[in-house]
Amino acid sequence: MQQIISFLYKNKLFILFLLLEVLAVIFTIQSHSFHKSKFVNSANFVSGGIYNRINNFKEFLLLKKENERLSEENVYLKNLMNMQDKEMAEIDQIVIDTINYSQKYRYTGAKVINNNYRNNNNYLTINKGSNSGIEPDLGVINSKGIVGITKSVSANYATVLSILNVNSRINAKLLNSDHYGSLTWDNNDYNVVQLLDIPIQAAVYVGDTIVTGGKSTIFPEGIPIGVIKEFKTLNNNYEYINISLFNDMSSIGYVEVIKNFDKLEIKTLEEKSTNE
Amino acid sequence: MNRENINSALLFIGLILLQIIVLNNINFLGYINPFFYIFFIFLYPIRKDDATLLILSFLLGLFIDIFSDSGGINAAATLFIAFIRIPVLQSVIGKREIDYGAVTIFKLPFPKMFLYVVILTFVHHFIVFGMEYFKWSKFDIIFIKTLLTSIFTIILTMISFTFVMRKR
Repeated sequence: MQQIISFLYKNKLFILFLLLEVLAVIFTIQSHSFHKSKFVNSANFVSGGIYNRINNFKEFLLLKKENERLSEENVYLKNLMNMQDKEMAEIDQIVIDTINYSQKYRYTGAKVINNNYRNNNNYLTINKGSNSGIEPDLGVINSKGIVGITKSVSANYATVLSILNVNSRINAKLLNSDHYGSLTWDNNDYNVVQLLDIPIQAAVYVGDTIVTGGKSTIFPEGIPIGVIKEFKTLNNNYEYINISLFNDMSSIGYVEVIKNFDKLEIKTLEEKSTNE
Repeated sequence: MNRENINSALLFIGLILLQIIVLNNINFLGYINPFFYIFFIFLYPIRKDDATLLILSFLLGLFIDIFSDSGGINAAATLFIAFIRIPVLQSVIGKREIDYGAVTIFKLPFPKMFLYVVILTFVHHFIVFGMEYFKWSKFDIIFIKTLLTSIFTIILTMISFTFVMRKR
């Protein structure tokens, strides 16, 4: 017993080193599995607060770009509104049924206060958290297209798993042919992502638009992603399809977080049918 | 709290802020961001069996990880070079026995000091990128990133050393 204690005492530095090193490795492994990173993320009070302050300065540099994006979106929405006016004018009476009213998606506006896009696994931090109804696993978009999916949430901040993350898989489809695939990133160019699992039957042309598919419960169908930049066929399969994003992932200002109210219902239904 | 401790504390906080506010956003040549925060370990006084340094270096790395959402990668790497600091110094000087208390990094002749900085920086960066990719097939990318980022970090470290030395 005495020998063990004296051995421990002699090597106490090495044991401390080993203990901390194991702890660090555990943190690293936790951060790779999707939901478990509880302690080490930038959604906490201190780092969120600091990033918020830094962002207050940076914001001024992006104001012009942000204004342009907003006015573009305004024009688009105004056009959409006018189209509806005409349809509605043809109906004499509009009945709003408040009992059967059901909202499928809720959008929450948020501001990106930290944005990584050069690493292997990129995350963004936004300035809304559980106090504003943000949960893990909600879709994040802006007017130009998708940005990512929320991961860790604290009271006032949340981290977003960017689409520029090797762990991210997002359901996507071709706009004109409804063929589904999943969106990944190969960590080369932050403006280019890859579309996998598209069947060879799907006719693919350079310049085709890719949008989110309705299969996932995270994003609504038809959120724009990007256009096909190049593709290659190999052995009667698509070897790769590269997509250049509509979004400039290096400068993201304001985003909207989407909550799908039907998600729980769909998930429980799906679980029920797989269990049977 | 003596003067040395206060200096270390200020350096600790200053380096974290410098790293997350400025250095993580440099993106030189597209992706090179120096990990200059390990300067703390070069500057920390050399003592025998120093458990404080191990704990501090772990915390330093962990703070960087928290801010850059990288799990525990930086913590592991920083802790590792804090642990191998004394053996590396021994082999660089070429003496088994180090005169603790008298030896500081500033008193080393330049080639030895440079070698010491290069070895520790390279090991640290290799662990960081190795753990980030964690695949043998990505070894070329890991090696290139380690090399380029190390050069950047070493240049920054050397410039800072001359500033600190002049002040003394």
